[in-house]
Amino acid sequence: MLRVEHVHLLLALFMAYAGWRNLREREAWRGAFWLILAALFGTGGAVLDAAHAGHPLPARLAGAAVIVLALIAPKLGHRRPPEQTTPAQRTASAARLGHRLFLPALLIPLVTVGVALGGAKLQWHGWHLFDPVQMTLTGLALACVLALFAAAAVTREAPSLGLLEGRRLLDTMGWAALLPVLLAALGQVFTHSGVGDAIARLTTDVLPAGSALACLLAYGLGMVLFTVIMGNAFAAFPVMTAGIGLPLLVQRYGANPATLGALGMLCGYCGTLLTPMAANFNLVPAALLELRSPYGVIRAQVATALVLLAVNLALMALLVFRH
Amino acid sequence: MNAWPLLGVAVIALGFVLRFNPVLVVVTAAVTSGLLSGMSVPDLLALLGTSFASSRILLIIVMTLPAIGLLERAGLREHARAWMDRLRGMTLARLLVGYLLGRQLLSMIGLQSVAGPAQTVRPLLAPMAEAAAARIDPALPEDERDRLRALCAATDNVGLFFGEDVFIALGAVLLIQGFYSQHGIELTPLSIALWALPSAIAAFAVHSVRIALFQRRLRRLASSRPER
Repeated sequence: MLRVEHVHLLLALFMAYAGWRNLREREAWRGAFWLILAALFGTGGAVLDAAHAGHPLPARLAGAAVIVLALIAPKLGHRRPPEQTTPAQRTASAARLGHRLFLPALLIPLVTVGVALGGAKLQWHGWHLFDPVQMTLTGLALACVLALFAAAAVTREAPSLGLLEGRRLLDTMGWAALLPVLLAALGQVFTHSGVGDAIARLTTDVLPAGSALACLLAYGLGMVLFTVIMGNAFAAFPVMTAGIGLPLLVQRYGANPATLGALGMLCGYCGTLLTPMAANFNLVPAALLELRSPYGVIRAQVATALVLLAVNLALMALLVFRH
Repeated sequence: MNAWPLLGVAVIALGFVLRFNPVLVVVTAAVTSGLLSGMSVPDLLALLGTSFASSRILLIIVMTLPAIGLLERAGLREHARAWMDRLRGMTLARLLVGYLLGRQLLSMIGLQSVAGPAQTVRPLLAPMAEAAAARIDPALPEDERDRLRALCAATDNVGLFFGEDVFIALGAVLLIQGFYSQHGIELTPLSIALWALPSAIAAFAVHSVRIALFQRRLRRLASSRPER
Protein backbone atom coordinates (compact mmCIF):
# COMPACT_ATOMS: atom_id res chain seq x y z
CA MET A 1 0.00 0.00 0.00
CA LEU A 2 1.25 3.48 -0.88
CA ARG A 3 1.19 5.75 2.14
CA VAL A 4 2.09 9.33 2.96
CA GLU A 5 5.03 7.92 5.01
CA HIS A 6 6.59 6.78 1.75
CA VAL A 7 6.37 10.36 0.48
CA HIS A 8 8.20 11.59 3.57
CA LEU A 9 10.87 8.96 3.03
CA LEU A 10 11.36 9.95 -0.64
CA LEU A 11 11.66 13.60 0.36
CA ALA A 12 14.18 12.69 3.07
CA LEU A 13 16.29 10.73 0.56
CA PHE A 14 16.21 13.58 -1.98
CA MET A 15 17.26 16.13 0.66
CA ALA A 16 20.02 13.82 1.89
CA TYR A 17 21.25 13.61 -1.71
CA ALA A 18 21.21 17.42 -1.98
CA GLY A 19 23.14 17.68 1.28
CA TRP A 20 25.73 15.14 0.15
CA ARG A 21 26.29 16.96 -3.18
CA ASN A 22 26.78 20.22 -1.33
CA LEU A 23 29.29 18.66 1.05
CA ARG A 24 31.23 17.31 -1.92
CA GLU A 25 31.27 20.82 -3.40
CA ARG A 26 32.64 22.11 -0.07
CA GLU A 27 29.42 23.99 0.72
CA ALA A 28 29.47 22.92 4.37
CA TRP A 29 26.55 25.06 5.63
CA ARG A 30 24.25 24.05 2.77
CA GLY A 31 25.26 20.44 3.18
CA ALA A 32 24.51 20.51 6.91
CA PHE A 33 21.20 22.33 6.31
CA TRP A 34 19.81 19.71 3.92
CA LEU A 35 21.19 16.77 5.90
CA ILE A 36 19.57 17.96 9.16
CA LEU A 37 16.33 18.56 7.29
CA ALA A 38 16.54 15.08 5.76
CA ALA A 39 16.98 13.62 9.24
CA LEU A 40 13.95 15.57 10.51
CA PHE A 41 11.89 14.27 7.58
CA GLY A 42 12.98 10.68 7.90
CA THR A 43 12.43 10.50 11.65
CA GLY A 44 9.26 12.64 11.80
CA GLY A 45 6.89 9.68 12.02
CA ALA A 46 8.89 8.06 14.82
CA VAL A 47 9.04 11.40 16.68
CA LEU A 48 5.25 11.74 16.55
CA ASP A 49 4.71 8.10 17.61
CA ALA A 50 7.07 8.50 20.57
CA ALA A 51 5.38 11.75 21.62
CA HIS A 52 1.95 10.08 21.52
CA ALA A 53 3.32 7.20 23.60
CA GLY A 54 4.54 9.69 26.21
CA HIS A 55 8.24 9.83 25.36
CA PRO A 56 9.07 13.51 24.76
CA LEU A 57 12.84 13.10 24.25
CA PRO A 58 12.80 12.51 20.43
CA ALA A 59 10.45 15.49 20.00
CA ARG A 60 12.78 17.68 22.09
CA LEU A 61 15.74 16.64 19.96
CA ALA A 62 13.71 17.43 16.80
CA GLY A 63 12.85 20.84 18.26
CA ALA A 64 16.53 21.49 18.95
CA ALA A 65 17.31 20.49 15.35
CA VAL A 66 14.74 23.05 14.12
CA ILE A 67 16.55 25.75 16.11
CA VAL A 68 19.90 24.65 14.65
CA LEU A 69 18.37 24.94 11.14
CA ALA A 70 17.27 28.50 11.95
CA LEU A 71 20.80 29.38 13.04
CA ILE A 72 22.32 27.89 9.88
CA ALA A 73 19.77 29.50 7.47
CA PRO A 74 21.35 33.01 7.40
CA LYS A 75 24.69 31.44 6.39
CA LEU A 76 23.32 29.86 3.20
CA GLY A 77 23.60 33.07 1.19
CA HIS A 78 22.29 33.48 -2.32
CA ARG A 79 24.60 31.17 -4.21
CA ARG A 80 22.99 29.75 -7.29
CA PRO A 81 24.33 26.33 -8.29
CA PRO A 82 25.84 26.43 -11.78
CA GLU A 83 23.70 25.40 -14.76
CA GLN A 84 24.63 21.97 -16.10
CA THR A 85 23.84 22.91 -19.71
CA THR A 86 24.39 25.94 -21.94
CA PRO A 87 21.48 28.03 -23.30
CA ALA A 88 22.44 26.95 -26.84
CA GLN A 89 22.18 23.28 -25.89
CA ARG A 90 18.79 23.85 -24.31
CA THR A 91 17.48 25.82 -27.31
CA ALA A 92 18.58 23.05 -29.67
CA SER A 93 17.00 20.41 -27.47
CA ALA A 94 13.79 22.46 -27.24
CA ALA A 95 13.60 22.74 -31.03
CA ARG A 96 14.13 18.98 -31.37
CA LEU A 97 11.61 17.86 -28.74
CA GLY A 98 8.95 20.57 -29.19
CA HIS A 99 5.58 20.07 -27.56
CA ARG A 100 6.63 16.62 -26.32
CA LEU A 101 8.31 18.51 -23.46
CA PHE A 102 4.89 19.51 -22.14
CA LEU A 103 3.63 15.93 -21.77
CA PRO A 104 5.53 14.88 -18.60
CA ALA A 105 4.68 18.25 -17.00
CA LEU A 106 0.99 17.63 -17.76
CA LEU A 107 1.26 14.16 -16.24
CA ILE A 108 1.65 15.68 -12.76
CA PRO A 109 -1.82 17.27 -12.56
CA LEU A 110 -3.49 14.45 -14.52
CA VAL A 111 -2.22 11.64 -12.28
CA THR A 112 -2.86 13.71 -9.13
CA VAL A 113 -6.46 14.36 -10.08
CA GLY A 114 -6.91 10.75 -11.21
CA VAL A 115 -5.72 9.40 -7.86
CA ALA A 116 -7.82 11.94 -5.95
CA LEU A 117 -10.96 10.91 -7.84
CA GLY A 118 -10.43 7.19 -8.41
CA GLY A 119 -7.65 6.11 -6.04
CA ALA A 120 -10.03 4.58 -3.50
CA LYS A 121 -11.35 2.20 -6.18
CA LEU A 122 -7.92 0.72 -6.94
CA GLN A 123 -8.04 -2.41 -4.81
CA TRP A 124 -7.34 -6.10 -5.21
CA HIS A 125 -9.28 -8.48 -2.97
CA GLY A 126 -9.35 -5.98 -0.16
CA TRP A 127 -5.76 -4.84 -0.71
CA HIS A 128 -5.83 -1.13 -1.44
CA LEU A 129 -3.20 0.52 -3.60
CA PHE A 130 -3.55 3.81 -1.72
CA ASP A 131 -3.86 4.49 1.98
CA PRO A 132 -6.95 6.74 2.30
CA VAL A 133 -5.09 9.03 4.73
CA GLN A 134 -3.89 12.08 2.71
CA MET A 135 -4.41 10.18 -0.54
CA THR A 136 -4.28 13.34 -2.66
CA LEU A 137 -0.75 14.07 -1.46
CA THR A 138 0.36 10.49 -2.00
CA GLY A 139 -1.13 10.82 -5.49
CA LEU A 140 0.79 14.03 -6.12
CA ALA A 141 4.04 12.33 -5.05
CA LEU A 142 3.36 9.32 -7.28
CA ALA A 143 2.57 11.72 -10.13
CA CYS A 144 5.93 13.44 -9.64
CA VAL A 145 7.80 10.12 -9.75
CA LEU A 146 5.93 9.03 -12.90
CA ALA A 147 6.56 12.43 -14.46
CA LEU A 148 10.29 12.05 -13.76
CA PHE A 149 10.39 8.74 -15.64
CA ALA A 150 8.24 10.16 -18.44
CA ALA A 151 10.61 13.14 -18.67
CA ALA A 152 13.57 10.75 -18.85
CA ALA A 153 11.85 8.80 -21.63
CA VAL A 154 10.96 11.91 -23.64
CA THR A 155 14.39 13.51 -23.31
CA ARG A 156 16.30 10.18 -23.59
CA GLU A 157 18.26 11.06 -20.45
CA ALA A 158 18.86 8.98 -17.32
CA PRO A 159 16.28 9.54 -14.54
CA SER A 160 19.18 10.09 -12.14
CA LEU A 161 19.91 13.35 -13.99
CA GLY A 162 16.57 14.48 -12.58
CA LEU A 163 18.07 14.28 -9.11
CA LEU A 164 21.01 16.42 -10.21
CA GLU A 165 18.71 19.04 -11.78
CA GLY A 166 16.17 18.82 -8.95
CA ARG A 167 18.94 19.53 -6.49
CA ARG A 168 19.89 22.62 -8.50
CA LEU A 169 16.29 23.89 -8.14
CA LEU A 170 16.24 22.97 -4.44
CA ASP A 171 19.38 25.04 -3.85
CA THR A 172 17.77 27.87 -5.86
CA MET A 173 14.92 27.86 -3.34
CA GLY A 174 17.32 27.50 -0.40
CA TRP A 175 15.90 28.27 3.04
CA ALA A 176 12.62 29.54 1.52
CA ALA A 177 11.65 25.89 0.94
CA LEU A 178 11.56 25.40 4.70
CA LEU A 179 9.36 28.38 5.58
CA PRO A 180 5.88 26.88 5.03
CA VAL A 181 6.58 24.13 7.58
CA LEU A 182 8.15 26.53 10.08
CA LEU A 183 5.21 28.91 9.81
CA ALA A 184 2.77 26.07 10.44
CA ALA A 185 4.82 25.20 13.53
CA LEU A 186 4.80 28.86 14.59
CA GLY A 187 1.01 28.86 14.25
CA GLN A 188 0.79 25.95 16.67
CA VAL A 189 3.12 27.66 19.15
CA PHE A 190 1.00 30.82 18.88
CA THR A 191 -2.14 28.79 19.58
CA HIS A 192 -0.58 27.02 22.57
CA SER A 193 0.76 30.23 24.06
CA GLY A 194 -2.57 32.04 23.72
CA VAL A 195 -1.56 34.63 21.08
CA GLY A 196 -4.78 34.03 19.10
CA ASP A 197 -7.00 34.54 22.16
CA ALA A 198 -5.08 37.66 23.18
CA ILE A 199 -5.53 39.24 19.74
CA ALA A 200 -9.22 38.35 19.63
CA ARG A 201 -9.62 39.89 23.10
CA LEU A 202 -7.85 43.08 22.04
CA THR A 203 -10.01 43.37 18.92
CA THR A 204 -13.25 42.91 20.82
CA ASP A 205 -12.09 45.29 23.58
CA VAL A 206 -11.58 48.23 21.23
CA LEU A 207 -14.78 47.47 19.34
CA PRO A 208 -17.52 50.11 19.31
CA ALA A 209 -20.39 47.72 19.91
CA GLY A 210 -23.04 50.35 19.28
CA SER A 211 -23.08 50.28 15.47
CA ALA A 212 -23.68 47.26 13.25
CA LEU A 213 -21.62 48.77 10.46
CA ALA A 214 -18.66 49.48 12.76
CA CYS A 215 -18.82 45.88 13.97
CA LEU A 216 -18.83 44.67 10.38
CA LEU A 217 -15.81 46.80 9.55
CA ALA A 218 -13.99 45.51 12.64
CA TYR A 219 -14.79 41.93 11.65
CA GLY A 220 -13.53 42.36 8.07
CA LEU A 221 -10.38 44.27 9.03
CA GLY A 222 -9.81 41.91 11.96
CA MET A 223 -9.83 38.99 9.52
CA VAL A 224 -7.18 40.78 7.42
CA LEU A 225 -5.01 41.69 10.40
CA PHE A 226 -5.20 38.23 11.97
CA THR A 227 -4.46 36.57 8.62
CA VAL A 228 -1.45 38.84 8.08
CA ILE A 229 -0.11 37.81 11.50
CA MET A 230 -0.87 34.08 11.28
CA GLY A 231 -0.30 33.76 7.52
CA ASN A 232 -3.50 31.79 7.07
CA ALA A 233 -7.14 32.85 6.75
CA PHE A 234 -8.23 29.43 8.00
CA ALA A 235 -6.61 30.15 11.37
CA ALA A 236 -8.18 33.60 11.54
CA PHE A 237 -11.75 32.58 10.67
CA PRO A 238 -12.76 30.59 13.79
CA VAL A 239 -11.17 33.14 16.14
CA MET A 240 -12.74 36.25 14.57
CA THR A 241 -16.12 34.65 13.90
CA ALA A 242 -16.40 33.27 17.44
CA GLY A 243 -15.26 36.64 18.83
CA ILE A 244 -17.22 39.15 16.72
CA GLY A 245 -19.08 37.51 13.84
CA LEU A 246 -21.37 35.14 15.69
CA PRO A 247 -22.17 36.91 19.00
CA LEU A 248 -22.46 40.45 17.66
CA LEU A 249 -23.19 40.42 13.94
CA VAL A 250 -25.31 37.28 13.60
CA GLN A 251 -27.00 37.06 16.99
CA ARG A 252 -27.41 40.72 17.89
CA TYR A 253 -27.73 42.43 14.50
CA GLY A 254 -29.25 39.57 12.51
CA ALA A 255 -26.56 39.18 9.84
CA ASN A 256 -26.93 36.33 7.35
CA PRO A 257 -24.32 33.76 8.52
CA ALA A 258 -23.63 32.29 5.06
CA THR A 259 -22.92 35.71 3.50
CA LEU A 260 -20.90 36.84 6.50
CA GLY A 261 -18.80 33.67 6.55
CA ALA A 262 -18.05 33.63 2.83
CA LEU A 263 -17.17 37.33 2.59
CA GLY A 264 -15.30 37.34 5.90
CA MET A 265 -13.12 34.50 4.68
CA LEU A 266 -12.42 36.44 1.48
CA CYS A 267 -11.26 39.45 3.51
CA GLY A 268 -8.81 37.01 5.06
CA TYR A 269 -7.67 35.91 1.59
CA CYS A 270 -6.84 39.55 0.81
CA GLY A 271 -4.63 39.43 3.91
CA THR A 272 -2.93 36.28 2.61
CA LEU A 273 -1.87 38.21 -0.51
CA LEU A 274 -0.16 40.78 1.71
CA THR A 275 1.86 38.79 4.22
CA PRO A 276 5.29 37.14 4.17
CA MET A 277 3.83 34.72 6.73
CA ALA A 278 1.99 32.98 3.86
CA ALA A 279 5.39 31.78 2.69
CA ASN A 280 4.29 29.04 0.31
CA PHE A 281 2.29 31.56 -1.75
CA ASN A 282 4.46 34.64 -1.43
CA LEU A 283 8.09 33.85 -0.54
CA VAL A 284 8.58 30.41 -2.15
CA PRO A 285 7.53 31.66 -5.63
CA ALA A 286 9.87 34.66 -5.24
CA ALA A 287 12.73 32.23 -4.58
CA LEU A 288 11.69 29.89 -7.40
CA LEU A 289 11.52 32.78 -9.89
CA GLU A 290 14.92 34.00 -8.67
CA LEU A 291 13.64 37.49 -7.84
CA ARG A 292 16.20 39.71 -6.22
CA SER A 293 13.81 40.73 -3.45
CA PRO A 294 11.99 38.02 -1.46
CA TYR A 295 9.04 40.44 -1.15
CA GLY A 296 8.63 41.05 -4.90
CA VAL A 297 5.52 38.86 -5.20
CA ILE A 298 3.82 40.62 -2.28
CA ARG A 299 4.60 43.99 -3.86
CA ALA A 300 2.93 42.81 -7.09
CA GLN A 301 -0.16 41.81 -5.10
CA VAL A 302 -0.68 44.85 -2.86
CA ALA A 303 -2.86 46.87 -5.24
CA THR A 304 -5.06 43.90 -6.19
CA ALA A 305 -5.46 42.93 -2.53
CA LEU A 306 -6.40 46.42 -1.31
CA VAL A 307 -8.95 47.06 -4.08
CA LEU A 308 -10.48 43.64 -3.52
CA LEU A 309 -10.62 44.26 0.22
CA ALA A 310 -12.58 47.46 -0.42
CA VAL A 311 -14.91 45.53 -2.76
CA ASN A 312 -15.42 42.80 -0.15
CA LEU A 313 -16.14 45.27 2.64
CA ALA A 314 -18.65 47.09 0.41
CA LEU A 315 -20.31 43.79 -0.54
CA MET A 316 -20.54 42.87 3.13
CA ALA A 317 -22.15 46.18 4.02
CA LEU A 318 -24.65 45.76 1.17
CA LEU A 319 -25.50 42.07 1.47
CA VAL A 320 -25.02 40.83 5.01
CA PHE A 321 -28.07 42.41 6.58
CA ARG A 322 -30.49 41.61 3.74
CA HIS A 323 -32.84 38.68 4.01
CA MET B 1 -5.03 37.22 30.33
CA ASN B 2 -1.30 36.93 29.69
CA ALA B 3 -0.53 39.43 26.91
CA TRP B 4 3.25 38.90 26.90
CA PRO B 5 3.20 36.14 24.23
CA LEU B 6 2.02 38.87 21.82
CA LEU B 7 5.65 40.01 21.74
CA GLY B 8 6.20 37.08 19.37
CA VAL B 9 4.07 38.97 16.84
CA ALA B 10 6.23 42.05 17.39
CA VAL B 11 9.35 39.93 16.76
CA ILE B 12 7.85 38.82 13.43
CA ALA B 13 6.98 42.36 12.36
CA LEU B 14 10.33 43.81 13.43
CA GLY B 15 12.31 40.92 11.96
CA PHE B 16 10.67 41.21 8.55
CA VAL B 17 10.96 45.01 8.50
CA LEU B 18 14.65 44.88 9.44
CA ARG B 19 15.21 42.19 6.78
CA PHE B 20 16.64 39.50 9.00
CA ASN B 21 16.60 35.99 7.55
CA PRO B 22 12.90 34.93 7.63
CA VAL B 23 13.71 31.43 8.93
CA LEU B 24 15.58 32.90 11.88
CA VAL B 25 12.80 35.46 12.50
CA VAL B 26 10.05 32.82 12.57
CA VAL B 27 11.89 30.50 14.97
CA THR B 28 12.85 33.43 17.23
CA ALA B 29 9.19 34.49 17.33
CA ALA B 30 8.10 30.96 18.27
CA VAL B 31 10.69 30.80 21.06
CA THR B 32 9.68 34.27 22.32
CA SER B 33 5.95 33.53 22.47
CA GLY B 34 6.48 30.08 23.93
CA LEU B 35 8.81 31.16 26.73
CA LEU B 36 6.74 34.26 27.61
CA SER B 37 3.61 32.12 27.94
CA GLY B 38 5.39 30.22 30.71
CA MET B 39 6.34 27.10 28.77
CA SER B 40 9.51 25.37 29.98
CA VAL B 41 12.40 25.02 27.53
CA PRO B 42 12.03 21.21 27.16
CA ASP B 43 8.28 21.56 26.60
CA LEU B 44 8.82 24.29 24.02
CA LEU B 45 11.40 22.18 22.17
CA ALA B 46 9.01 19.21 22.18
CA LEU B 47 6.18 21.40 20.85
CA LEU B 48 8.43 22.74 18.07
CA GLY B 49 9.53 19.20 17.22
CA THR B 50 6.04 17.70 17.04
CA SER B 51 4.57 20.71 15.16
CA PHE B 52 7.35 20.52 12.61
CA ALA B 53 6.90 16.76 12.19
CA SER B 54 3.13 16.98 11.78
CA SER B 55 3.30 19.75 9.14
CA ARG B 56 6.30 18.52 7.18
CA ILE B 57 4.16 17.30 4.25
CA LEU B 58 3.83 21.01 3.30
CA LEU B 59 7.26 20.60 1.67
CA ILE B 60 5.72 18.30 -0.94
CA ILE B 61 6.38 20.98 -3.60
CA VAL B 62 9.97 19.67 -3.50
CA MET B 63 8.73 16.39 -5.04
CA THR B 64 8.04 18.19 -8.34
CA LEU B 65 11.63 19.48 -8.66
CA PRO B 66 13.41 16.45 -10.22
CA ALA B 67 10.87 16.08 -13.06
CA ILE B 68 10.68 19.84 -13.70
CA GLY B 69 14.46 20.12 -13.42
CA LEU B 70 15.03 17.40 -15.99
CA LEU B 71 12.53 19.04 -18.38
CA GLU B 72 14.21 22.43 -17.88
CA ARG B 73 17.55 20.82 -18.73
CA ALA B 74 16.00 19.60 -21.98
CA GLY B 75 14.77 23.11 -22.80
CA LEU B 76 11.21 23.33 -21.39
CA ARG B 77 11.52 27.05 -20.68
CA GLU B 78 13.20 27.73 -24.02
CA HIS B 79 10.39 25.86 -25.76
CA ALA B 80 7.70 27.81 -23.89
CA ARG B 81 9.44 31.00 -25.03
CA ALA B 82 9.75 29.84 -28.65
CA TRP B 83 6.12 28.74 -28.72
CA MET B 84 5.08 32.17 -27.50
CA ASP B 85 7.07 33.76 -30.33
CA ARG B 86 5.00 31.81 -32.84
CA LEU B 87 1.69 32.92 -31.28
CA ARG B 88 1.83 36.44 -32.70
CA GLY B 89 -1.64 37.50 -31.57
CA MET B 90 -0.95 36.49 -27.98
CA THR B 91 -0.02 39.70 -26.17
CA LEU B 92 1.32 39.80 -22.63
CA ALA B 93 -2.02 40.94 -21.24
CA ARG B 94 -3.97 38.25 -23.14
CA LEU B 95 -1.61 35.56 -21.87
CA LEU B 96 -1.86 36.58 -18.22
CA VAL B 97 -5.60 37.31 -18.25
CA GLY B 98 -6.20 33.97 -19.97
CA TYR B 99 -4.08 32.20 -17.35
CA LEU B 100 -5.98 34.00 -14.57
CA LEU B 101 -9.33 32.92 -15.98
CA GLY B 102 -8.19 29.32 -16.47
CA ARG B 103 -6.72 29.13 -12.98
CA GLN B 104 -9.95 30.48 -11.45
CA LEU B 105 -12.20 28.12 -13.39
CA LEU B 106 -10.04 25.05 -12.65
CA SER B 107 -9.89 25.93 -8.95
CA MET B 108 -13.66 26.35 -8.89
CA ILE B 109 -14.11 22.73 -9.92
CA GLY B 110 -11.54 21.49 -7.44
CA LEU B 111 -8.48 21.20 -9.70
CA GLN B 112 -6.22 23.40 -7.55
CA SER B 113 -3.12 21.22 -7.90
CA VAL B 114 -3.10 21.50 -11.71
CA ALA B 115 -0.99 24.64 -11.50
CA GLY B 116 1.39 26.27 -9.07
CA PRO B 117 4.69 28.11 -8.78
CA ALA B 118 6.82 25.00 -9.42
CA GLN B 119 4.50 23.19 -11.86
CA THR B 120 3.46 26.04 -14.16
CA VAL B 121 4.70 29.51 -13.21
CA ARG B 122 8.47 28.93 -13.29
CA PRO B 123 8.69 26.50 -16.24
CA LEU B 124 5.86 27.84 -18.46
CA LEU B 125 4.08 31.08 -17.55
CA ALA B 126 7.14 33.18 -16.66
CA PRO B 127 9.17 32.34 -19.81
CA MET B 128 6.09 32.89 -22.01
CA ALA B 129 5.40 36.23 -20.32
CA GLU B 130 9.05 37.22 -20.79
CA ALA B 131 8.85 36.34 -24.48
CA ALA B 132 5.71 38.47 -24.83
CA ALA B 133 7.36 41.34 -22.95
CA ALA B 134 10.44 41.08 -25.18
CA ARG B 135 8.19 41.91 -28.13
CA ILE B 136 7.19 45.16 -26.41
CA ASP B 137 10.69 45.98 -25.17
CA PRO B 138 13.59 43.84 -26.44
CA ALA B 139 15.90 45.39 -23.83
CA LEU B 140 13.76 44.83 -20.74
CA PRO B 141 15.64 46.19 -17.70
CA GLU B 142 16.31 43.72 -14.91
CA ASP B 143 14.00 45.35 -12.35
CA GLU B 144 11.13 45.33 -14.89
CA ARG B 145 11.84 41.64 -15.55
CA ASP B 146 11.61 40.98 -11.80
CA ARG B 147 8.31 42.90 -11.68
CA LEU B 148 6.97 40.87 -14.59
CA ARG B 149 7.90 37.55 -12.97
CA ALA B 150 6.35 38.69 -9.69
CA LEU B 151 3.17 39.60 -11.57
CA CYS B 152 3.08 36.04 -12.98
CA ALA B 153 3.27 34.56 -9.47
CA ALA B 154 0.65 37.07 -8.25
CA THR B 155 -1.69 36.10 -11.10
CA ASP B 156 -1.35 32.44 -10.10
CA ASN B 157 -2.18 33.27 -6.45
CA VAL B 158 -5.17 35.52 -7.23
CA GLY B 159 -6.60 32.89 -9.59
CA LEU B 160 -6.16 30.15 -7.00
CA PHE B 161 -7.57 32.06 -4.01
CA PHE B 162 -10.56 33.59 -5.76
CA GLY B 163 -11.54 30.38 -7.50
CA GLU B 164 -11.03 27.86 -4.72
CA ASP B 165 -13.39 29.77 -2.41
CA VAL B 166 -16.27 28.96 -4.75
CA PHE B 167 -15.49 25.21 -4.77
CA ILE B 168 -17.94 23.50 -2.45
CA ALA B 169 -16.23 20.23 -1.56
CA LEU B 170 -13.01 21.42 -0.02
CA GLY B 171 -11.21 23.95 2.11
CA ALA B 172 -12.77 27.27 2.94
CA VAL B 173 -16.44 26.45 2.35
CA LEU B 174 -16.30 23.29 4.48
CA LEU B 175 -14.44 25.13 7.24
CA ILE B 176 -17.14 27.82 7.35
CA GLN B 177 -19.91 25.22 7.31
CA GLY B 178 -18.19 23.18 10.04
CA PHE B 179 -17.67 26.22 12.25
CA TYR B 180 -21.33 27.25 12.09
CA SER B 181 -22.48 23.66 12.54
CA GLN B 182 -20.48 23.46 15.80
CA HIS B 183 -22.38 26.54 16.95
CA GLY B 184 -25.80 25.18 16.03
CA ILE B 185 -26.33 26.92 12.66
CA GLU B 186 -26.83 24.48 9.75
CA LEU B 187 -25.97 25.79 6.28
CA THR B 188 -25.59 24.03 2.93
CA PRO B 189 -22.14 24.37 1.26
CA LEU B 190 -23.79 25.82 -1.85
CA SER B 191 -25.38 28.70 0.07
CA ILE B 192 -21.90 29.70 1.31
CA ALA B 193 -20.08 29.20 -1.99
CA LEU B 194 -22.62 31.35 -3.90
CA TRP B 195 -21.75 34.41 -1.83
CA ALA B 196 -18.11 34.08 -2.85
CA LEU B 197 -19.02 34.38 -6.53
CA PRO B 198 -19.30 38.21 -6.70
CA SER B 199 -15.82 38.53 -5.18
CA ALA B 200 -14.44 35.98 -7.63
CA ILE B 201 -15.75 38.09 -10.52
CA ALA B 202 -14.40 41.26 -8.90
CA ALA B 203 -10.99 39.60 -8.45
CA PHE B 204 -10.90 38.72 -12.13
CA ALA B 205 -11.86 42.26 -13.15
CA VAL B 206 -9.47 44.05 -10.79
CA HIS B 207 -6.46 41.90 -11.55
CA SER B 208 -7.12 41.99 -15.31
CA VAL B 209 -7.12 45.77 -15.22
CA ARG B 210 -3.82 45.72 -13.33
CA ILE B 211 -2.33 43.37 -15.94
CA ALA B 212 -3.47 45.70 -18.73
CA LEU B 213 -1.98 48.69 -16.88
CA PHE B 214 1.32 46.85 -16.49
CA GLN B 215 1.43 46.17 -20.23
CA ARG B 216 0.68 49.82 -20.98
CA ARG B 217 3.47 50.92 -18.66
CA LEU B 218 5.95 48.60 -20.41
CA ARG B 219 4.91 50.08 -23.78
CA ARG B 220 5.42 53.62 -22.51
CA LEU B 221 8.80 52.76 -21.03
CA ALA B 222 9.89 51.18 -24.29
CA SER B 223 8.77 54.13 -26.43
CA SER B 224 10.23 56.76 -24.09
CA ARG B 225 13.67 55.17 -24.22
CA PRO B 226 15.90 56.72 -26.89
CA GLU B 227 16.69 54.41 -29.80
CA ARG B 228 20.02 52.70 -29.61
